[in-house]
Amino acid sequence: MPEPHEPAEGAIAGTGAGGAMDLAASEATTLSPDGTGAAGPGGGPGTPARSLWSDAWRDLRRNPVFIISGLIILFLVFISLWPSAIASGDPLDCDLANAQKGSSPGHPFGYNGQGCDVYTRTVYGARASVTVGVCATLGVAVLGSVLGGLAGFFGGAWDAILSRITDIFFAIPVVLGGLVLLSVVTSNTVWPVIGFMVLLGWPQISRIARGSVITAKQNDYVQAARALGASNPRMLLRHIAPNAVAPVIVVATIALGTYIALEATLSYLGVGLKPPTVSWGIDISAASQYIRNAPHMLLWPAGALAITVLAFIMLGDAVRDALDPKLR
Amino acid sequence: MATPASTAAAAAGPAPASALLDVRDLHVEFRTRDGVAKAVNGVDYAVAAGETLAVLGESGSGKSVTAQAIMGILDVPPGRVTSGEILFRGRDLLQLKEEERRRIRGAEMAMIFQDALSSLNPVLSVGDQLGEMFVVHRGMSRKDARAKAVELMDRVRIPAAKERVTQYPHQFSGGMRQRIMIAMAMALEPSLIIADEPTTALDVTVQAQVMDLLAELQRELNMGLILITHDLGVVADVADKIAVMYAGRIVETAPVHEIYRAPAHPYTKGLLESIPRLDQKGQDLFAIKGLPPNLMNIPPGCAFNPRCPMAQDVCRTDVPPLYRVTYEGLAAERRSACHFWKETLRG
Amino acid sequence: MGRYVIRRLLQMIPVFIGATLLIFLMVNVMGDPVAGLCGDRKCDPATAAQLKKEFGLDKPVWQQYATYMGNVFTGDFGTAFNGQKVTELMSTAFPVTIRLTLVAVVFEIVIGITLGVLTGLRRGRPVDTLVLILTLVVISVPTFVTGLLLQLLLGVQWSVIKPSVSSEATVDELIVPGLVLASVSLAYVTRLTRTSIAENRRADYVRTAVAKGLPRRRVITRHLLRNSLIPVITFIGTDVGALMGGAIVTERIFNIHGVGFQLYQGILRQSTQTVVGFVTVLVLVFLVANLIVDLLYAVLDPRIRYA
Repeated sequence: MPEPHEPAEGAIAGTGAGGAMDLAASEATTLSPDGTGAAGPGGGPGTPARSLWSDAWRDLRRNPVFIISGLIILFLVFISLWPSAIASGDPLDCDLANAQKGSSPGHPFGYNGQGCDVYTRTVYGARASVTVGVCATLGVAVLGSVLGGLAGFFGGAWDAILSRITDIFFAIPVVLGGLVLLSVVTSNTVWPVIGFMVLLGWPQISRIARGSVITAKQNDYVQAARALGASNPRMLLRHIAPNAVAPVIVVATIALGTYIALEATLSYLGVGLKPPTVSWGIDISAASQYIRNAPHMLLWPAGALAITVLAFIMLGDAVRDALDPKLR
Repeated sequence: MATPASTAAAAAGPAPASALLDVRDLHVEFRTRDGVAKAVNGVDYAVAAGETLAVLGESGSGKSVTAQAIMGILDVPPGRVTSGEILFRGRDLLQLKEEERRRIRGAEMAMIFQDALSSLNPVLSVGDQLGEMFVVHRGMSRKDARAKAVELMDRVRIPAAKERVTQYPHQFSGGMRQRIMIAMAMALEPSLIIADEPTTALDVTVQAQVMDLLAELQRELNMGLILITHDLGVVADVADKIAVMYAGRIVETAPVHEIYRAPAHPYTKGLLESIPRLDQKGQDLFAIKGLPPNLMNIPPGCAFNPRCPMAQDVCRTDVPPLYRVTYEGLAAERRSACHFWKETLRG
Repeated sequence: MGRYVIRRLLQMIPVFIGATLLIFLMVNVMGDPVAGLCGDRKCDPATAAQLKKEFGLDKPVWQQYATYMGNVFTGDFGTAFNGQKVTELMSTAFPVTIRLTLVAVVFEIVIGITLGVLTGLRRGRPVDTLVLILTLVVISVPTFVTGLLLQLLLGVQWSVIKPSVSSEATVDELIVPGLVLASVSLAYVTRLTRTSIAENRRADYVRTAVAKGLPRRRVITRHLLRNSLIPVITFIGTDVGALMGGAIVTERIFNIHGVGFQLYQGILRQSTQTVVGFVTVLVLVFLVANLIVDLLYAVLDPRIRYA
């Protein structure tokens, strides 16, 4: 019988203010309400991980949702690496004479309040979003799985302390924390934003990792390896990690989308990225002041942002469906 | 596949007038993403009041699906009765409206499931769940229904029924939970009970107690009982007759003692030989080779032919009808769906 | 049950201290706590030093924190940048945000659960697919974009609502902002309910209920819903705290003078007392909401009550 408060925890994890972080956390409950998830059944003594992954890959290749979201993401990565490939202009080349103008030949999305080309800025804006999303997710995933994995594996006092620390971080509303912490930052690079996301995001992954390690640890073949005298590091790396990593990947993929949304939200509040960085959040924030006269300035970056977030969430959904044998 | 339906119907012949339940040529299909699974392919069986029919077979043989079709609790979709008749007290249940069938469910025929823990609602007290039968079918007040629930729990010999009536399923032991399932099925004194592996999930020591209780109540209320099981040991003590199912079809029906004496189908024979026996200590256990067929792709001819040690060419092409088995000294009706039943019988 | 409540209350204490300390440190160590006290100009060093002494800011941080918390528990949250008591700001701001949150929660319950039940019972049908896609879209569009768009459409283009909310912030003015605030959670409640219903629908005890000959309506309301809604109710309960903390974005879009507005002003003007005070209360609300949810869970699920 679970601890009385355990079943609610997946839901409690959804502290994301403004909805930025809560989706990934709460979606995780559907994946593994008790931390079982993909690592659970099928734990034969052979190589359960490999068949899980190859099964999942076979499922994914046939899933149109995966293919569409994958293509969108590839495209996004491409334009954030080489934006000039599809946008010939300069996002910082602005002429106030053109301010708020609608679309014209060569400038399909029109101009923004500063007279910059909206199309060029929308294309160049992908870089900031993708950088923040990818870096924050990597940071969160590494920090979270190491801390959570170790806590789940060793248990005891280390686990108890870590659990309390995650509780503390969950109690702080994300957007508020961002406002407080980032309002004193003057740097106009992406790193403070990424740092903040890692700081407040890791407990979410750590909880998932802890749960799946505990589940994997109870598998018979892991117990057998232990009985045969396998060393701790060997057990963790060879037997437990491959089985515990699936839920982390799923949650991290969905979280990536929500981090991008969070970056835009913080930029909208004026504490995220700062000009001259080109970012969808900054452009949406600037455009919101002219929403009555020139809504096109808002719709293009907002549309790009929504499609990006949607692509990552759909990808996460598809990966979860493929990795969770219970849903097959 | 047109032949088996007609031959089976012809072979089964008219059921005795006393039959409480008479299933005729029942077909059930499941539509899944990967294709159509033919779960039940022309089943005929009959149960009279006070009679116990044991339905035997591996998982996937269609024994549970047949029961669910009789109860009218198939998941639709994906499951669907494609043809056949289910005559209950002379009325074809498949022709009734859903509301009429609902009134019969629970009141005139009831079902006992295998896993009582998951089959009872975890968040309602057992008293509520037992009493619900009286509230819904008899229009009783909650208070009267509660008193009835205590009465029922007493009847299935749950100690301290009055105190325990407010408890929840997880607070009972496995055996006690299955008694509650039985009490729920008996609540409105139905004329037919279908018990789907009622003792499989229980400890061996408790199995006999629960089975005895079921048999005792059946005798008292003169109910027809369909006992679905894969355990031949349980069957011998309580059943009057046996129907063995394979790949959605009945392959042999016989009075219980006859079948133990001499099976008339190679599959039944395999099942019997795979029971460990005290008198043959030290011998290797027999196992039927191969796997049950894929229901989406049932082998042509006799479905058992790929696993059958006696299979001939005819078994791979012609679906065997339910032949009437006759021999010296056989009083009741006995049938086998094997082209070589005579040879099998001789052993 | 009593022991359980006490244990949970005791567990809350370190979390409360940790979270408030974290915020306290963020504000006091990373920011400049006296910067906001000299109006818009920068304080000259002498005034700054004097102010620091006056507010006890020359003492070690842990001592400052202890003093602050001591004051908080006697009801003294300090003074905001304009000389107003922080408690005064709270007494005007919290009722507004609570109203806004309540509107949002009502939307979650009414729309979220209804859609979730409908789709859960019709899994795989066109309605289900349509609602699923809609929820994905709602989840993917950040709240501030949803808010701006609704403001544009309903407030500016069609003039159904006033684009900004008056200082009274009556419930009818808060309907659209409440919907915006609820939007992401609403989509999530829909999905959670749908999954839960679809899972429980195939449960053995539902099959038993059907086999008992219960009418379809009774099977759904008494057996299926009762079990399926347990996780949904706990989600909505915990969401209350998150909604209040997240209201800052919605309040900014619709110019609602609630908690988020005051916090935003506090941060802009570097009024540490306002920021720490409001966040402390929000953390407390979050923790109490979680506690209530845990107790509710035990009430709804006897397996936990008697564990």
